[in-house]
Amino acid sequence: MTKSVMIEKITEKVEGLTRKQVETIVNTIFDSMKDALARGEKIEIRGFGNFRLKERAAKTARNPRTGEKVQVPSKRVLHFRVGKPFHNALNGIAE
Amino acid sequence: MTKADVVNNVFEKVGLPRNEAQELVEIVFESIKHTLMAGESIKISGFGTFSVRKKNARIGRNPKTKQEVEITPRRVVTFKASDQLKEGVK
Repeated sequence: MTKSVMIEKITEKVEGLTRKQVETIVNTIFDSMKDALARGEKIEIRGFGNFRLKERAAKTARNPRTGEKVQVPSKRVLHFRVGKPFHNALNGIAE
Repeated sequence: MTKADVVNNVFEKVGLPRNEAQELVEIVFESIKHTLMAGESIKISGFGTFSVRKKNARIGRNPKTKQEVEITPRRVVTFKASDQLKEGVK
Protein backbone atom coordinates (compact mmCIF):
# COMPACT_ATOMS: atom_id res chain seq x y z
CA MET A 1 0.00 0.00 0.00
CA THR A 2 1.11 3.52 -0.68
CA LYS A 3 0.17 6.91 0.68
CA SER A 4 -2.02 7.68 -2.34
CA VAL A 5 -3.97 4.43 -1.93
CA MET A 6 -4.43 5.21 1.74
CA ILE A 7 -5.74 8.67 0.82
CA GLU A 8 -8.26 7.05 -1.55
CA LYS A 9 -9.47 4.66 1.12
CA ILE A 10 -9.85 7.35 3.75
CA THR A 11 -11.75 9.58 1.29
CA GLU A 12 -14.24 6.75 0.73
CA LYS A 13 -14.61 6.10 4.43
CA VAL A 14 -14.96 9.64 5.76
CA GLU A 15 -17.96 11.73 4.86
CA GLY A 16 -17.77 15.35 3.84
CA LEU A 17 -14.12 15.58 2.79
CA THR A 18 -12.78 15.69 -0.74
CA ARG A 19 -9.80 13.64 -1.89
CA LYS A 20 -7.79 16.84 -2.06
CA GLN A 21 -8.64 17.74 1.54
CA VAL A 22 -7.73 14.26 2.78
CA GLU A 23 -4.46 14.49 0.86
CA THR A 24 -3.64 17.82 2.53
CA ILE A 25 -4.42 16.38 5.96
CA VAL A 26 -2.33 13.24 5.44
CA ASN A 27 0.58 15.28 4.11
CA THR A 28 0.33 17.68 7.04
CA ILE A 29 0.51 14.76 9.47
CA PHE A 30 3.71 13.33 7.99
CA ASP A 31 5.27 16.73 7.31
CA SER A 32 4.76 17.78 10.92
CA MET A 33 6.37 14.53 12.09
CA LYS A 34 9.27 15.07 9.71
CA ASP A 35 9.73 18.64 10.99
CA ALA A 36 9.74 17.48 14.61
CA LEU A 37 12.41 14.87 13.87
CA ALA A 38 14.46 17.43 11.96
CA ARG A 39 14.37 19.62 15.10
CA GLY A 40 15.74 16.67 17.03
CA GLU A 41 12.50 15.83 18.85
CA LYS A 42 11.23 12.34 19.48
CA ILE A 43 7.70 11.36 18.55
CA GLU A 44 5.35 9.26 20.64
CA ILE A 45 2.19 7.99 19.00
CA ARG A 46 0.24 6.06 21.65
CA GLY A 47 -0.86 2.66 20.49
CA PHE A 48 1.36 2.83 17.43
CA GLY A 49 4.98 3.41 18.30
CA ASN A 50 7.81 5.84 18.96
CA PHE A 51 10.37 7.47 16.70
CA ARG A 52 13.64 8.32 18.37
CA LEU A 53 16.90 9.78 17.21
CA LYS A 54 20.13 8.19 18.24
CA GLU A 55 23.43 10.00 18.21
CA ARG A 56 26.26 8.29 16.37
CA ALA A 57 29.69 9.53 17.45
CA ALA A 58 32.28 10.62 14.91
CA LYS A 59 34.71 7.86 14.05
CA THR A 60 37.66 7.07 11.87
CA ALA A 61 36.75 4.55 9.24
CA ARG A 62 38.73 3.05 6.42
CA ASN A 63 37.98 2.96 2.77
CA PRO A 64 37.95 -0.81 2.28
CA ARG A 65 39.32 -0.54 -1.22
CA THR A 66 42.26 1.80 -0.69
CA GLY A 67 42.84 1.27 3.03
CA GLU A 68 42.79 5.02 3.37
CA LYS A 69 41.58 6.47 6.66
CA VAL A 70 38.54 8.73 6.49
CA GLN A 71 36.88 10.79 9.22
CA VAL A 72 33.17 10.05 9.55
CA PRO A 73 31.43 12.97 11.29
CA SER A 74 28.90 12.40 14.09
CA LYS A 75 25.35 12.01 12.88
CA ARG A 76 21.85 11.22 14.04
CA VAL A 77 20.01 8.12 12.94
CA LEU A 78 16.31 7.43 13.26
CA HIS A 79 14.84 4.46 15.10
CA PHE A 80 11.25 3.31 15.19
CA ARG A 81 9.99 1.15 18.00
CA VAL A 82 6.57 -0.41 17.72
CA GLY A 83 4.17 0.18 20.63
CA LYS A 84 3.42 -2.76 22.89
CA PRO A 85 -0.37 -2.98 22.30
CA PHE A 86 0.23 -2.98 18.56
CA HIS A 87 3.01 -5.57 18.81
CA ASN A 88 0.73 -7.78 20.89
CA ALA A 89 -2.14 -7.39 18.43
CA LEU A 90 0.16 -8.36 15.57
CA ASN A 91 1.08 -11.52 17.41
CA GLY A 92 -2.38 -12.43 18.65
CA ILE A 93 -1.48 -11.81 22.28
CA ALA A 94 -4.37 -10.67 24.44
CA GLU A 95 -3.66 -7.61 26.55
CA MET B 1 5.97 15.41 19.92
CA THR B 2 2.87 13.39 20.76
CA LYS B 3 -0.29 12.51 18.87
CA ALA B 4 -1.96 15.58 20.40
CA ASP B 5 0.69 17.82 18.78
CA VAL B 6 0.10 16.15 15.42
CA VAL B 7 -3.63 16.81 15.83
CA ASN B 8 -2.88 20.42 16.71
CA ASN B 9 -0.81 20.84 13.57
CA VAL B 10 -3.66 19.54 11.41
CA PHE B 11 -6.05 21.87 13.25
CA GLU B 12 -3.81 24.92 12.73
CA LYS B 13 -2.48 24.29 9.25
CA VAL B 14 -5.53 22.75 7.59
CA GLY B 15 -8.19 24.58 9.59
CA LEU B 16 -10.13 21.42 10.32
CA PRO B 17 -12.16 21.53 13.58
CA ARG B 18 -10.16 20.01 16.40
CA ASN B 19 -12.40 16.97 16.89
CA GLU B 20 -12.30 16.17 13.17
CA ALA B 21 -8.52 16.63 13.09
CA GLN B 22 -8.32 14.20 16.00
CA GLU B 23 -10.52 11.71 14.15
CA LEU B 24 -8.48 11.93 10.94
CA VAL B 25 -5.17 11.43 12.74
CA GLU B 26 -6.59 8.31 14.42
CA ILE B 27 -7.85 7.01 11.07
CA VAL B 28 -4.44 7.48 9.45
CA PHE B 29 -2.59 5.51 12.13
CA GLU B 30 -5.33 2.89 12.28
CA SER B 31 -5.14 2.32 8.54
CA ILE B 32 -1.36 1.89 8.73
CA LYS B 33 -1.93 -0.62 11.53
CA HIS B 34 -4.57 -2.53 9.60
CA THR B 35 -2.39 -2.74 6.54
CA LEU B 36 0.49 -4.12 8.59
CA MET B 37 -1.81 -6.54 10.43
CA ALA B 38 -2.77 -7.93 7.03
CA GLY B 39 0.93 -8.53 6.42
CA GLU B 40 1.21 -5.83 3.80
CA SER B 41 3.82 -3.09 3.88
CA ILE B 42 2.98 0.58 3.52
CA LYS B 43 5.05 3.21 1.81
CA ILE B 44 4.61 6.86 2.72
CA SER B 45 6.55 8.72 0.07
CA GLY B 46 8.86 11.35 1.51
CA PHE B 47 8.65 9.72 4.95
CA GLY B 48 9.41 6.03 4.89
CA THR B 49 8.18 2.47 4.62
CA PHE B 50 6.63 0.36 7.36
CA SER B 51 6.74 -3.38 6.87
CA VAL B 52 6.13 -6.57 8.79
CA ARG B 53 8.72 -9.31 9.04
CA LYS B 54 8.30 -12.81 10.32
CA LYS B 55 10.86 -13.98 12.84
CA ASN B 56 11.43 -17.68 13.40
CA ALA B 57 11.65 -19.23 16.83
CA ARG B 58 15.13 -19.17 18.32
CA ILE B 59 16.84 -19.97 21.55
CA GLY B 60 17.56 -17.00 23.76
CA ARG B 61 19.39 -16.91 27.03
CA ASN B 62 18.63 -14.96 30.12
CA PRO B 63 21.98 -13.19 30.51
CA LYS B 64 21.66 -13.11 34.29
CA THR B 65 20.67 -16.70 34.99
CA LYS B 66 22.13 -18.19 31.77
CA GLN B 67 18.90 -20.11 31.48
CA GLU B 68 17.86 -20.96 27.94
CA VAL B 69 14.39 -20.01 26.80
CA GLU B 70 12.69 -20.33 23.48
CA ILE B 71 11.88 -17.00 21.86
CA THR B 72 8.58 -17.70 20.15
CA PRO B 73 8.11 -17.01 16.44
CA ARG B 74 6.74 -13.52 16.01
CA ARG B 75 5.90 -10.74 13.62
CA VAL B 76 7.82 -7.50 14.00
CA VAL B 77 7.30 -4.09 12.43
CA THR B 78 10.28 -2.44 10.77
CA PHE B 79 10.50 1.13 9.60
CA LYS B 80 12.89 2.28 6.95
CA ALA B 81 13.18 6.05 6.72
CA SER B 82 13.14 7.55 3.23
CA ASP B 83 16.33 9.22 2.00
CA GLN B 84 14.57 12.56 2.35
CA LEU B 85 13.76 11.93 6.01
CA LYS B 86 17.27 10.64 6.75
CA GLU B 87 18.70 13.75 5.15
CA GLY B 88 16.48 16.03 7.23
CA VAL B 89 17.41 14.29 10.45
CA LYS B 90 21.19 13.97 10.26
